[in-house]
Amino acid sequence: MNEPRDVVPGTSRRPATGPWGIAGRRFRRSPLAMGGGALLVVLYLLALGAPFLAPYTEDEMDRERFYHPPMRLHFTDAAGRPSAWPWVWPTRLADPSAFRYTEDGGSAVPLRLFAHGARYRWLGWVPGDRHLFGVDPPARFHPLGTDPSGRDVLSRLLYGSQVSLTVGLVGIAISFTLGLVIGGLSGYAGGWVDAAVMRGTELLLSIPGLYLLIALRGVFPADLPSQQVYLGIVAILAFIGWAALARIIRGMVLSIRHSDYVVAAEALGMSRLRIVTRHILPNTLSFVIVAATVSIPGYILGEVVLSFLGLGVQEPAASWGNMLAQARSVRVLTSFPWLLFAPAVAIFVTVLAFNLLGDGLRDALDPRHVEHGRAA
Amino acid sequence: MRTFILRRVLQTIPLLLGISALTFLLIRLAPGDLLSDLSLNPSVSPATLAGLRHRFGLDQPWYVQYGLYLKNVFLRLDFGESFSRHQPVFAVLREGLFNTLLLASSAAAVTWGLAIPLGVIAAVRQHGAADRILSVLAFAWLSVPEVLSGLLLLFLAARTGWFPVGGMHSIDWDELSVGGRAIDLVRHLALPALVTGLVPLASRMRQMRGALLDVLRLEYVTTARAKGLPEWSVVMKHALRNALNPLITLFGYTLGALVSGSFVAEIVFGWPGLGRITYEALTSRDPYLVVGAVMMAAVVLVIGNLIADLLLAAADPRIAHE
Repeated sequence: MNEPRDVVPGTSRRPATGPWGIAGRRFRRSPLAMGGGALLVVLYLLALGAPFLAPYTEDEMDRERFYHPPMRLHFTDAAGRPSAWPWVWPTRLADPSAFRYTEDGGSAVPLRLFAHGARYRWLGWVPGDRHLFGVDPPARFHPLGTDPSGRDVLSRLLYGSQVSLTVGLVGIAISFTLGLVIGGLSGYAGGWVDAAVMRGTELLLSIPGLYLLIALRGVFPADLPSQQVYLGIVAILAFIGWAALARIIRGMVLSIRHSDYVVAAEALGMSRLRIVTRHILPNTLSFVIVAATVSIPGYILGEVVLSFLGLGVQEPAASWGNMLAQARSVRVLTSFPWLLFAPAVAIFVTVLAFNLLGDGLRDALDPRHVEHGRAA
Repeated sequence: MRTFILRRVLQTIPLLLGISALTFLLIRLAPGDLLSDLSLNPSVSPATLAGLRHRFGLDQPWYVQYGLYLKNVFLRLDFGESFSRHQPVFAVLREGLFNTLLLASSAAAVTWGLAIPLGVIAAVRQHGAADRILSVLAFAWLSVPEVLSGLLLLFLAARTGWFPVGGMHSIDWDELSVGGRAIDLVRHLALPALVTGLVPLASRMRQMRGALLDVLRLEYVTTARAKGLPEWSVVMKHALRNALNPLITLFGYTLGALVSGSFVAEIVFGWPGLGRITYEALTSRDPYLVVGAVMMAAVVLVIGNLIADLLLAAADPRIAHE
């Protein structure tokens, strides 16, 4: 099993690299995993640049255009001549009862790049009023339409991604820290500590997640400022999430702690803390990385479900969950379907990207990895 | 075996106590005094309030309150009063639990009814076109959360009018005949059951495929082929029966997840089950109902796992002797 492979130089076909180098090479060879990773980079960049990329702010209302369908660009100018530059045709509310709009609200206006628009503070700090694209007021351009209050759906999608995409990362960071520390201690200490921790996790796992989510939400007052709601959601999701991980880490630690090299480290007089942090936990790392990647969608969906139920991020702040909540009624579903499809596609693409990345990481990091199609 | 059953049943007692302690803690942690909302409510008489105070010992220290809570819940199945529904909590929960189990068992039928044939096809045509298409679809489907699939089906139902868009009964339920009621119920049940049932489908299908592939490699299958049996008979009669064995134990463990699985579908489709009751109780500030529903869901999960363990022990006697 432990044959020294590179004892004789030149016998190995591959350059000698550590396990991480091998994993990295495997990962780069998988187009789907790389695609998922690249997609995530793009999504997080979009979230980061939301105030600039969004044509409007998340709570700016267009009082003349409620439930406006997605607008299209025309390649004909105000005089009706063909044009290489895109133009926007202003719309007019033709039928107020059905929210039907026609494109005869005035003469066409050109789409402008780096247009001046609503003021924002990027990252709460850098002031600005430039937007990637926009049209001169009073005309407006809503590429994905508007919601029941006349707010731009694309802008809300971009601002909402800041909530939805970070909830997963922050939640994972908290719950995995808890899971690693508690699971690691429990497995290494054994005895009554282990017994107490395991009974605690059993208790937590015996309550179905969504019920616990709802019940814990009830502990917080209903009307909190949106930042506190955000922190509350993350705290609840992390509190629910750590238990399962702690149990797995404990099991791994238990199996590693009796291995020869740990016994050797103990015999050499190494301190317990050092053994756990230097020798045992690093061995769980590849599992933890994969587990973290594939659990992030769960946290994103936790926020989506809470906000969908009206218990999470409150309007006017945007999140993908409360955007989806606007699509709950049958009338919206049949008449204004973009309110469903815009957040739905965003959620699907994000979850898919995390799953692709997680699958690729699992294939790359698993030491017992069998390459696709080569072995049965 | 008997000691195993006894030990396993006894193990659930501390767990149930722990769950009751946690739910009790949730009642205590909720903002404000439990009855402060109620005392402002004109439809609740002072006598009712005094009765509740006495029943749950709200004027006593917390350990007395917890003792009373335990006694009420476990000995009398008294989970308190639902203020929004003017009914005992247990009566509300019993109905909700029945509806949830009805939905969940239909969903399980959808899952297994599709997972077994699709898994068999994927295994028999391993690395073939059908196998590849199924595995790509399964992977993509893993990225569609229930909220989305639920809303998409609701969208289709609203567009086509083929299915009702929510609830459990039509308005004219009371005038329908028995057969008409059955059809009405099935029509209302179809979409939520489909949404709930499709969620675990992808992983069940892969498990079925894996289990069958394992069996197809065994020597007795080669023997069956060698003696000239037609392939469908080898797969269906000889291999499939043995491949289903590990899935039966897996089925046991999904019993516990039955209650939680349908939560989102209940809310999207307005199905009056335990999940919807919990949600409505929270939004209408009905603390005993929230906590009672959470406790009920947890108890069902614990009992489900207990049954699964016992089934497993019955199927594999080695477990009971460990």
